Amino acid sequence: MAFAYEKDANGIVSVTMDMDGPVNAMNDAFLPQFLEAVDRIEAEEDLKGVIWTSAKETFFAGGDLNMLKSITPDGVEALFESVEGTKAVMRRLEKLPVPIVAAINGAALGGGYEICLACNYRIASENPKTKIGLPEVTLGLLPGGGGTVRLTWLLGLEAAMPFLLEGRQVSPSKALATGLVHEVVAPDQLLERAREYILSVQGNETAAVQPWDTKGYKIPGGPSNSPKNAPRIAGATAMLFKKTKGLMPAPTRILDIMTEAAGRIDFDTAQRYESRRFASLTPLAPTKNMIETLFFGMNKVNGGASRPKDIPRSKVQRLGILGAGMMGQGITYSAAMAGIPVVLKDTTLTAAERGKAYTEKLLTKRVEKGRMTTEQRDAVLALITPTNKAEDIKGCDLIIEAVFEKIDVKNAVLSEHEELLAEGGFWGSNTSTLPITRLAEKSAKPANFVGLHFFSPVDKMPLLEIIAGDETSDETLARAFDFARQIKKTPIIVGDKTGFYTSRTIGTKMLEAAQLVAEGQDPLRVDNLSRLTGMPTGMLSLLDEVQLKLVDDIYNTQVQMGLQDPADEATPEARKLVHDLITEHDRLGRATGKGFYEYTADGKAIWSGLAAWRKEGSDLPDQDIQDRIMFRAILETLRCLEEGVLRSVADGNVGSILGIGAPVHTGGYIQFVNTYGLDSFVSRCDELAKLYGDRFAPPEILKNHAADQIAFR
Amino acid sequence: MANAAYIYDAIRTPRSRGKANGTLHEVKPVQLAAGLLREMQSRHDLDTARVGDVVLGCVSPVGDQGSDIAKGAVQAAHWDEAVSGVQLDRFCGSGLEAVNTAAAKIVAGQEDLMVAGGVESMSRVPMGSSGGAMYLDPDMIMDQRAVPQGIGADLIATIDGYTREDVDAFAMESQRRAAHARDSGWFDKSVVPVRDEGGLTILKRDDFIKPDTDMQKLGALNPSFAAMGSYGFDDMALSKYLEVARINHVHTPGNSSGIVDGSAAVLIGSEQAGKDLGLTPRGRIVQATMVSTDPVIMLAGPGPAAKKCLEKAGLTVNDVDLWEINEAFASVAMRYMKDLGIDHEITNVNGGSIAMGHPLGATGAMLVSTMLDELERRNAKRAMLSLCIGGGMGISTLIERV
Repeated sequence: MAFAYEKDANGIVSVTMDMDGPVNAMNDAFLPQFLEAVDRIEAEEDLKGVIWTSAKETFFAGGDLNMLKSITPDGVEALFESVEGTKAVMRRLEKLPVPIVAAINGAALGGGYEICLACNYRIASENPKTKIGLPEVTLGLLPGGGGTVRLTWLLGLEAAMPFLLEGRQVSPSKALATGLVHEVVAPDQLLERAREYILSVQGNETAAVQPWDTKGYKIPGGPSNSPKNAPRIAGATAMLFKKTKGLMPAPTRILDIMTEAAGRIDFDTAQRYESRRFASLTPLAPTKNMIETLFFGMNKVNGGASRPKDIPRSKVQRLGILGAGMMGQGITYSAAMAGIPVVLKDTTLTAAERGKAYTEKLLTKRVEKGRMTTEQRDAVLALITPTNKAEDIKGCDLIIEAVFEKIDVKNAVLSEHEELLAEGGFWGSNTSTLPITRLAEKSAKPANFVGLHFFSPVDKMPLLEIIAGDETSDETLARAFDFARQIKKTPIIVGDKTGFYTSRTIGTKMLEAAQLVAEGQDPLRVDNLSRLTGMPTGMLSLLDEVQLKLVDDIYNTQVQMGLQDPADEATPEARKLVHDLITEHDRLGRATGKGFYEYTADGKAIWSGLAAWRKEGSDLPDQDIQDRIMFRAILETLRCLEEGVLRSVADGNVGSILGIGAPVHTGGYIQFVNTYGLDSFVSRCDELAKLYGDRFAPPEILKNHAADQIAFR
Repeated sequence: MANAAYIYDAIRTPRSRGKANGTLHEVKPVQLAAGLLREMQSRHDLDTARVGDVVLGCVSPVGDQGSDIAKGAVQAAHWDEAVSGVQLDRFCGSGLEAVNTAAAKIVAGQEDLMVAGGVESMSRVPMGSSGGAMYLDPDMIMDQRAVPQGIGADLIATIDGYTREDVDAFAMESQRRAAHARDSGWFDKSVVPVRDEGGLTILKRDDFIKPDTDMQKLGALNPSFAAMGSYGFDDMALSKYLEVARINHVHTPGNSSGIVDGSAAVLIGSEQAGKDLGLTPRGRIVQATMVSTDPVIMLAGPGPAAKKCLEKAGLTVNDVDLWEINEAFASVAMRYMKDLGIDHEITNVNGGSIAMGHPLGATGAMLVSTMLDELERRNAKRAMLSLCIGGGMGISTLIERV
């Protein structure tokens, strides 16, 4: 299959892209077909116009990510040449003396929309599935098919920023309102309207000339060197720093290309500059990492790579939630938003109603922002039944218990409600640390018992960690997975070892930060350096936020339960520091305004009492502090993979980014190792182990991968 | 030094608000500078053909200030056609850099007599008009963590612990001293009224000074860089200052240098040139130095520059009678005094650019006249002149009376 080429009686050529495979994409097969079509159009006589469209459900899917992620520094030149080759054909297309119309029948993202930008006129069909935009930056890339430059010329610096710097994707109607397309029509009128348009502008020469080829055209909002734009560009760079900590090259490059394109250099030079910066960006680690994890990894995880096979897809019909606290409320919201009827039970009706009110509050905000109608809000709210009566739970095919993190409390709730489950229903326990196998001991049907670790706030956090107890059946795991997808969460399935995957791993990096303080490092520096690795917050701030008291309590409980042996503790000084802060200094965490930081109305400041631990003159290099914190989390993730707590590399990468704040540019706590270099990573571990202790020694799985030179996939 | 570089005279225009409603806005920058050249010529009955070169600092050398404004000023003043001119830009250090460049040429024997100075009509060519990669290019900003200078000034205040009251009190004192010096006539020797072509006076004395400022008025002003900082510039700066929790934004228009129009000119030459023309030296340039320090905090260069200058001159802090540090921001001057261990009593004794304004390219050369006048008035010997400069640079020049 290729591009269908057709010329009608009016002299209008239609090119209908229909490449091999499910979508049209900018792969090896694209350029020859594109070139052939444009060659043929150029040779046409009595040509009145061109309609560019697609035979697929989508218009065009964009770049070939498999190809892009495999580019090495040696391949940059060839990539540059190939991009320039494609763009030269786009340039020929838009310079034809007749109007070229993009008939956008479905999603036009990335390279797809870049083709549209090389057309004179863009008509989108009113297809609810259609998204239009240039999302390259979200994968560490930049629009290199002319899109960065063309969109800047089309919309102006300021208006183009959200599309280029944030990768904003919009519906056809939004695309019309923001100037991305010229018209939106009903799907069945798309081609007819395109023809009509071409005939209506015959004789109008400007209809065949792009803005950037129009004499006297001025970029909206003026050039980048104008007194208004120059400080705005500096400010935009600062905003990017705030978001990326300077760790992601793509957004800065995009802003730079926009700045150059907006009046510093001419259109064609800007196009070449864009190709150059795209090509040299591609082999960089953050780009590879983001493509690997945010695209391929995410597809693997959501596609069910860890879901037990051969079990039919299922849907939860009616959900019971026990406990209307913070977690119960959030789960209620997510489920109701997915259209699932929810019975929300607490010990009192008032508490249950308060739980429902949380959803009402969030939905009202959406209504106020115009993202939902009041009817839609009421329909969602009608799905939630608050109650204090156990019998109302009866017949739910999933009951999620979200009560206090104590085994006996959870056991009591289980024994009271388990029999209310519908025939064949399953039980989910929401816990971040309690062993599922032990909780399931009290269950009549431990095969139907699964751990569901939600993250707070549930309505915002996209991850669900599903914990398989020893007895949990594959069917239950599959159903839990399907439920996660039903409520639009990304699920990873993990083994039932202490702390599962996420709690266990986040603990290591927080405690390593505390360990550094216990050893005498400046706490503010430790916190700032950990944040500058790209984690969303500093590790001492995070300890304060999760509450020092909670961290200590969980540890003590786990020791009592025999799940942890203090003799094996990797950072005993950190444990002691946290314990002493609580018991001797009444510093329980952020909630009480006292943790590593002192929290006041003026903001937060490191608690002066930490000076007692500070050893002046013992300052470690920045890199060592950052590596100690990062490497602890990475090594723990590798151990989870080794022990089978993680079922796949993708689960580890996606789970670490979505759940525990792994820096996005690393691609997660396993992918980091691939681009750091296996050998380099092992030798850095050895170095850290020598300097700071055995907890940094490389685990077997790492040594094996390094010995065989096999990247973690 | 082979030859000594003597200062035969140093003059300046008064300064006025560098906006459209400023008194000097109507005066072309080339005429601001040319007026001083004409004054220098008439004061000393100068055979201008003897002047080898005129070097003027100018930080925004575009538009009205473009095309080598120094040569333009030489021609506008109808000086001899044998006189060349060059414009230079070392940001806020430009005026003093011009002086140092002239001194170096005299010392080296390349020239016998020169005029050094600077000109900046900030009302006509606003700050930033010349663009430039350092602060406007996304690649550079991200790579260098380049933040606006006010963020650096606030960071200095934060690190050194200067409170809003501290910097406002410093500003108050600058206003008080400047007003007192002006009203006592201490600037009259050097300040040359700006006149129109018919000889009418446009501006006689500095009119930017606000003698009725008080702490309450100063305290009511909003911080200038808090909003900018919150975009992400604070985060950028702090990524290099890990021991600082957050930046305390203390600087306002009231405790930062004013935006003004103005020009300055200094006549520098060898001993022989002075003898030939019958000029009496008022002082000499003892030593001059440049340093560069962290470009992020940007404004911490003057202290190190002054120290290097003393070291090269074989002198110590105690050998200097008066100190002049450009008041780009209050914290810059306060950090300078702290770095050198000197007292405010002998620093910026007649106020500074918080009160009088900072015509970017001219200020450094203005300091020469301010200090020469004051050394003479006090019958003191040496003064150190310093300015902070973009990119983390610092400039210092040590002068002494002869």
